[in-house]
Amino acid sequence: MSTSAALDHSHDHHHGPAKGITRWLFTTNHKDIGSMYLWFSFAMFLLGGTFALVIRAELFQPGLQFVDPSFFNQMTTMHGLVMVFGAVMPAFVGLANWMIPLMIGAPDMALPRMNNWSFWILPFAFAMMVSTLFMEGGGPNFGWTFYAPLSTTYGPPSTTFFIFAVHILGASSIMGAINVIATILNMRAPGMTLMKMPLFVWTWLITAYLLIAVMPVLAGVVTMMLFDIHFGTAFFDAAGGGDPVLFQHLFWFFGHPEVYIMILPAFGIVSAIIPTFARKRLFGYDSMVYATASIAFLSFIVWAHHMFTVGMPLAGQLFFMYATMLIAVPTGVKVFNWVATMFRGSMTFETPMLFAIAFVVLFTIGGFTGVMLAITPVDFQYHDTYFVVAHFHYVLVPGAVFSLMAAVYYWLPKWTGYMYDETLGKLHFWLSFIGVNLLFFPQHFLGLAGMPRRIPDYALQFADFNWISSVGGFLFGFSQLILLFVVIKCVRGGKKATAQVWEGAQGLEWTVPSPAPYHTFETPPDASLIKAQ
Amino acid sequence: MLSKAKLWLGLALSTLMFWSAGLHAAWELNMPRGVTQMSRDTYDLHMTIFWWVVAIGVVVFSVMLWSIIHHRKSKGAKPASFHESTKVEIVWTLIPFAILIMMAIPATRVLTDAYDTTGSELDIQITGYQWRWEYTYMREDMDEEEVSFFSILSTSREEIDNDIEKSENYLLDVDRPLVIPTDTRIRFLMTSADVLHAWWVPDFAIKKDTIPGFINETWVVVEEPGIYRGQCAELCGMDHGFMPIVVHALPPEEYQAWYADQQQAAADIRELANAELSMDDAMAQGEQIYNQNCVACHQAGGVGMPPVFPALAGSDKATGDRLITMDTIVNGVDGTAMAAYGRQLNPIQLAAVITFVRNAFGNDTGDLVQPTEVNEFIVGGQ
Repeated sequence: MSTSAALDHSHDHHHGPAKGITRWLFTTNHKDIGSMYLWFSFAMFLLGGTFALVIRAELFQPGLQFVDPSFFNQMTTMHGLVMVFGAVMPAFVGLANWMIPLMIGAPDMALPRMNNWSFWILPFAFAMMVSTLFMEGGGPNFGWTFYAPLSTTYGPPSTTFFIFAVHILGASSIMGAINVIATILNMRAPGMTLMKMPLFVWTWLITAYLLIAVMPVLAGVVTMMLFDIHFGTAFFDAAGGGDPVLFQHLFWFFGHPEVYIMILPAFGIVSAIIPTFARKRLFGYDSMVYATASIAFLSFIVWAHHMFTVGMPLAGQLFFMYATMLIAVPTGVKVFNWVATMFRGSMTFETPMLFAIAFVVLFTIGGFTGVMLAITPVDFQYHDTYFVVAHFHYVLVPGAVFSLMAAVYYWLPKWTGYMYDETLGKLHFWLSFIGVNLLFFPQHFLGLAGMPRRIPDYALQFADFNWISSVGGFLFGFSQLILLFVVIKCVRGGKKATAQVWEGAQGLEWTVPSPAPYHTFETPPDASLIKAQ
Repeated sequence: MLSKAKLWLGLALSTLMFWSAGLHAAWELNMPRGVTQMSRDTYDLHMTIFWWVVAIGVVVFSVMLWSIIHHRKSKGAKPASFHESTKVEIVWTLIPFAILIMMAIPATRVLTDAYDTTGSELDIQITGYQWRWEYTYMREDMDEEEVSFFSILSTSREEIDNDIEKSENYLLDVDRPLVIPTDTRIRFLMTSADVLHAWWVPDFAIKKDTIPGFINETWVVVEEPGIYRGQCAELCGMDHGFMPIVVHALPPEEYQAWYADQQQAAADIRELANAELSMDDAMAQGEQIYNQNCVACHQAGGVGMPPVFPALAGSDKATGDRLITMDTIVNGVDGTAMAAYGRQLNPIQLAAVITFVRNAFGNDTGDLVQPTEVNEFIVGGQ
């Protein structure tokens, strides 16, 4: 293709976004869809956070103050569901939409219409799920893990709506995952070999396979619930010859890969940010890829470590204990590689870097408690206590959520064309950092001292750490409004961002102007721009 | 940023130590060591793993902190160009692997021990219900009187609603604790009548799910007499937070005396169930039972929480045929949270509470149900 032909080609098809609401309803543009995913997930983050603050308000003091136990259970359930399926997962899908085509030099996602559809069914699924709170008998009150038979025989009438919402969420995730895989495998620019892909792309490719493998299992298990509730089957009803433990095996066969779905893309983000601000290539790129793949593989053979107290045979307990402990090896490799990248770099500490460093430290703390939880006989003491709550919130909040915030600050100048307010960004970081530790660190002590999770009221010896945790919760929660303010301010204007944005940034996304034009890489980028990571 | 974080953490930790030094008993930081060999093994294993991860954390975070302090651009640090080393990667794959093996060996030993439920001298069945525990002592001779009872939260509603000051063992007190002998190998057989629960006493390092249709096993040898408290650890519905566990461990002789008393009491109740109840007695006792067993769902005044927990005031089941009221309370309602109380309450209590719901909340049927009638209903298998 000659140069002039290429120009003509791009000229013919050059058009901006449609005007008005139809731009967003009918868009097939990966950047528009990415933005919608990100805004949607932020709205869900605030909603799920509001539910969490109801929980923390009730737990501020012993006794029942604000809500009754039944509503409290609805809050813990909806908080979990909204944060997992509404905030964290769609946020990563939003980043994938925005960044994967820009990172691999593709003009858009491979399946743009499906992309539109996979986003637009989400708000309907959540509207349905959240509306159950206003139904007679209340919303789901059986925890985000919805163990049968509490969620079947003993569930509220609204459970059917919850099941349908989960079906839609699953469909959305599967479509998103197919799109990511099709894009990465088919639409890389010439010269973008697999082992030259940025780690964010690699981690998302692996995550997408996990999604395709386990979302159907989730759909299956909720369908079995539906049949138990309405059609007289007894999959999980012991009185009809069913097996309540089978529910847990199926749920966690989905659930454990699910937690890696929420953390693998975070590894990719941090692996992009640390080298940028250390001004040094990522240490051990190949081993990072292999470690990610190992973690994904192991995630399929460790599910029953969530069920050490159900009374599995000894051989089963030992297998799942050993397999779970093994996860520490590839995870450790990742942490060591990040530290080695920082070692003898030339570091600066802009907001994305602050979040990324906090991610490494606090995620590692969550990893440490993870190793402790893997040790089956000791898990008998930790299981279903606040120790577990502290553990998974450390990997999910200063883990996954901090990585998302790091990503937003890191790529915001590329998206908007303006630099964000660095002072406010740092303020947001420090308040979040202090808040999140005040919120979750004392929960380790509560769990060890014997406080079970999912209780609306507690014995007096748990009072002190609970009020500290609640203070931290409100500090962390309200600090997130700063993020909202910073993003809106940045969208509206500010210091112009260059194409490069960050001195040490590497990758194709920094070769297009800031803000990234509506259409990018309509012709593939020059292969010389593609460097080893 | 890490230096500030460390400072903050250090400050927090030293404050906590100051408190835990005795000024404030509530700042408990760690797991209890407990009163059984298993709980001590568990505690030691917990501490071993804890110090391993602390050591790893110190090494990793020190290198990171060193880099953050010294390798910053503002200090004129120039980036090095190294970015891979197969040798280093192999080393930091193998070292964690070796540490994990060192962790796995004692873990396997303790776990194997926890699973050895042989050689029990006393078997006790624990059944979880929404939201109470049933304890049944297994008999060798089926002609012996059976000792079996329910254990229910005894903290008052007023304490929970902040109307009066909370007692020392707020939410951790029950009407009838489980009583066990010390220095005796006891096997617990665990199951559930409705949803999943988990029976957990931290001082014994026992936590096991009770699952409908399954019988799980675990064992304990308690070495010190005392009162040990725990809670349900698996979300089991609305009052999950309100089903504590209290265990009294008595020296074997005292336990034997207690057990004989219980057998006698069971025989006495059987005798008493032939007596006549007066309306006033039935209503007074019925109200007490209602407040203990029914009020969580059916609420004060019998208004319920429709549609899940129906109202009793004016309901057909409470005001219609008395056999229907009796059937509902004795046998429960399948597929709902309404449990079968035929086993949970004795015939006197059943007669009282049936009489109560048929006459309270404006359901003035004027019916007085007698224990003998309830007994016939149960024996008749209706």
